[in-house]
Amino acid sequence: MDKVLEMHAITKQFPRVLANDQVDFDLEYGEIHALVGENGSGKSTLMNILYGLYQQDAGEIVVRGRPVQINEPRVAIDLKIGMVFQHFMLVEPLTVAENIVLGAELKKGLFFDSKRAVQEVENLSRQYGLTIDPRAKIADLSVGLQQRVEILKALYRGAEILILDEPTAVLTPQEVEDLFKVLRTLKAKGTSIVFITHKIKEVLALSDRVSVLRRGRKVGTKATAETDEQNLAEMMVGRVVLFNVDKKPAQPGPEVLRMEQLTVEDQFGQVKVDQVDLSVRKGEVLGIAGVEGNGQSELVEAIAGLRKAASGRIFLGDREITNSSPLKVREAGFGYVPEDRHRRGLVLDYTVADNLILGIHGKKPFVKGCMIRDDQAVYENAEQIIEQYDIRPPVAKQLARSLSGGNQQKIVVGREFTQNPDLLICAQPTRGVDVGAIEFIHQQVIAQRDQGAAVLLVSAELDEILSLSDRVAVMYNGKIVSVMSADEVTEHKLGFLMLGGRLEDYGANEVNGHAK
Amino acid sequence: MGEVLALLFNTAVFAAALRMATPLIFAALGGIFSERSGVVNIALEGMMLIGAFTAMFVSHQTGLPWLGVVGAVLAGIVIGLLHAFFCIHYRANQVVVGTAINIFAGGLTVFLLRYYFGAAGTSPSVPTIPDITIPVLSQIPWIGRIIGRQNPLVYLALLAVVVAHLVVYRTPWGLRLRAVGEHPRAADTVGVHVFRMRYLAVALSGALAGLGGTYLSIAHLSRFSEGMTAGRGFIALAAVIFGKWTPYGALGACLFFGYADALQMRLQDVGVPTQFMNMLPYVLTMVALAGFIGKSVGPKASGEPYIKG
Ligand SMILES: Nc1ncnc2c1ncn2[C@@H]1O[C@H](COP(=O)(O)OP(=O)(O)OP(=O)(O)O)[C@@H](O)[C@H]1O
Ligand SMILES: [Mg+2]
Repeated sequence: MDKVLEMHAITKQFPRVLANDQVDFDLEYGEIHALVGENGSGKSTLMNILYGLYQQDAGEIVVRGRPVQINEPRVAIDLKIGMVFQHFMLVEPLTVAENIVLGAELKKGLFFDSKRAVQEVENLSRQYGLTIDPRAKIADLSVGLQQRVEILKALYRGAEILILDEPTAVLTPQEVEDLFKVLRTLKAKGTSIVFITHKIKEVLALSDRVSVLRRGRKVGTKATAETDEQNLAEMMVGRVVLFNVDKKPAQPGPEVLRMEQLTVEDQFGQVKVDQVDLSVRKGEVLGIAGVEGNGQSELVEAIAGLRKAASGRIFLGDREITNSSPLKVREAGFGYVPEDRHRRGLVLDYTVADNLILGIHGKKPFVKGCMIRDDQAVYENAEQIIEQYDIRPPVAKQLARSLSGGNQQKIVVGREFTQNPDLLICAQPTRGVDVGAIEFIHQQVIAQRDQGAAVLLVSAELDEILSLSDRVAVMYNGKIVSVMSADEVTEHKLGFLMLGGRLEDYGANEVNGHAK
Repeated sequence: MGEVLALLFNTAVFAAALRMATPLIFAALGGIFSERSGVVNIALEGMMLIGAFTAMFVSHQTGLPWLGVVGAVLAGIVIGLLHAFFCIHYRANQVVVGTAINIFAGGLTVFLLRYYFGAAGTSPSVPTIPDITIPVLSQIPWIGRIIGRQNPLVYLALLAVVVAHLVVYRTPWGLRLRAVGEHPRAADTVGVHVFRMRYLAVALSGALAGLGGTYLSIAHLSRFSEGMTAGRGFIALAAVIFGKWTPYGALGACLFFGYADALQMRLQDVGVPTQFMNMLPYVLTMVALAGFIGKSVGPKASGEPYIKG
């Protein structure tokens, strides 16, 4: 037997969607198998079935040659299957070590042996080069570190089959590099890995084989070496995908957003945005590039009225909006795609239709008379956006929670873009979104620009910054270290500046680099 | 003024405070286990009431008050399981189920009291658990007069606090309990059985609340009277919040409320209205919730039913 895992004709029906339709999937010993597909194509569902969180309606799972019934995670764990979830499964008030050993605790007499737990975690983290402080509380860790805890959790349970569901969606480029190193080490030690992602570059860089799902069906499995970017994108979406947006040169008009000496602090009083002067003009896209955590989030939240500015001023058009309420800012003509859709963008337990009017729910045409909600208008609005933005499944009355991550993102984007704001801020607008949808969202961003919106784009994806921006600002350690026009920018230069390099040194460094 | 000060530090008042705190301590520990597992237990009041009745009844029938304790614990477990069943399996609103249990307990105990004893109001006097004197402890000056001679259930309550602390913070079960109340899905994905944990925790909660009731009917007094818990279940709940869902914190809160209770009777003579002291636990809880005394944040998943898959 050279297959560690085989899934045969797995079918899973949810109330409204056939999430998996006779899907075959297999995994060889010591391979990295990428699983890709559009949002809602059933990747997470398939892996959740393997992990015992859902039960398949039909189909068979064979692990190491033996048919198995995985009706709860415990069974999967006993089969040495480990999973790192799309949304982390960590208990925030507990420590790293406690989270890792939870459910498989070491005992000393009647008591939980926390000393040994810490030791074991230290050993494990040394063994795999996953540095972490076992005594730290989860709530105090960055996402990158939290993910490390998730991986350690699986390894602690002796996982030989490791599933990672979109592990890179929330990581910085450096963290992605680190993760890849770890995964390659694991592979060398014989671990078999399933790797779900939307990023084709990652598939090409990391995997041995790749399987593609579309609308619940498997389109095919290929050796990674025999495929390329364009080919994979086509398999995923079922049509040719454009990786570069067609765009005409910008026709910038007057300034729409202006920040003067803006300084913002976080909740601990640390300066996160440091005396920033920046403006965005009508009809242009200004991209802010930077490694996450360098103040981009705080900058955007200060503009949106979600965070107080410590000093400095913000103008939208000729109105000053410094420390205005979010509603006031919105009324001044502001649209906002927040980076964390769950926390800021959606009410997960509202229907899609209701989510699509958040923020404008008190306005015409959604109210008639002075305060009665006009259901018909609400649903008409929903139908229209669902169709235009291809939200799947196209059901206005379902809860936002039951949609896949990418489709949730489309709700937010659809709502904000259809209001044609003067200023549009997009923070990580394509996080967790499939290639087809990225192409679409990118086109919409440019369309907004061409209609005269000023667009401020914050993204950790260099490709995104490069293909959309007319001007690029690099943010490092709370400061805007450089503003360049698009034609002066290269990926390499951005990378250099994002890590704290100085523009004056760029050329010199380049020369030295080549000389060595 | 000197008179009031003397009163405030009177050993007899402290001893009474400990007695008044005992039923609160048991119930509050019950509340902690339940809430830590993610189930809001507003039914503590009803569980105490049923515990109080059962203890009295068993003691009356058998003449063995300690058997009454066992009976009350079992009755508490049964009610706990009932609460758990509706909250966990049927995902009913936990506050509504708790309220229903409280109303049910009020009605049931009154019915049984009249059915068995024909009497309205109170039961006949039954055998109680006698106070005991702890040999060395009682010799210590001042302290000895407060805790040297008390009811065994008072000592049991104090012991229970220590044990509860160890269970919650030092055992694997406690770790799982906290995980289940905080992020049940995360616990589920590492193979912890969320439902089983919650059933156990709520049953334990019932057992402890039952013990609290026992103290009222066969230790503090020697009879059951209608509605004798008089809101103590809710005060215990307040103590849980005030004590930030920790056993020691809750102990502190219960002692404080018990002290206020003990003081109230005496302060009446000095002219402070009873109602003021009765109000105290609730006012303090609101203060705690409003965040004046550090943040009081409960288990995140408390009150939320867990839906598998
Ligand atoms: N618990 C659920 N109840 C109802 N429908 C669900 C549930 N979970 C998933 N679905 C639906 O099943 C389909 C597949 O979802 P799944 O999460 O597997 O997609 P995915 O491929 O992981 O997408 P993404 O890349 O956006 O994460 C989607 O249409 C989704 O709306
Ligand atoms: Mg998914």
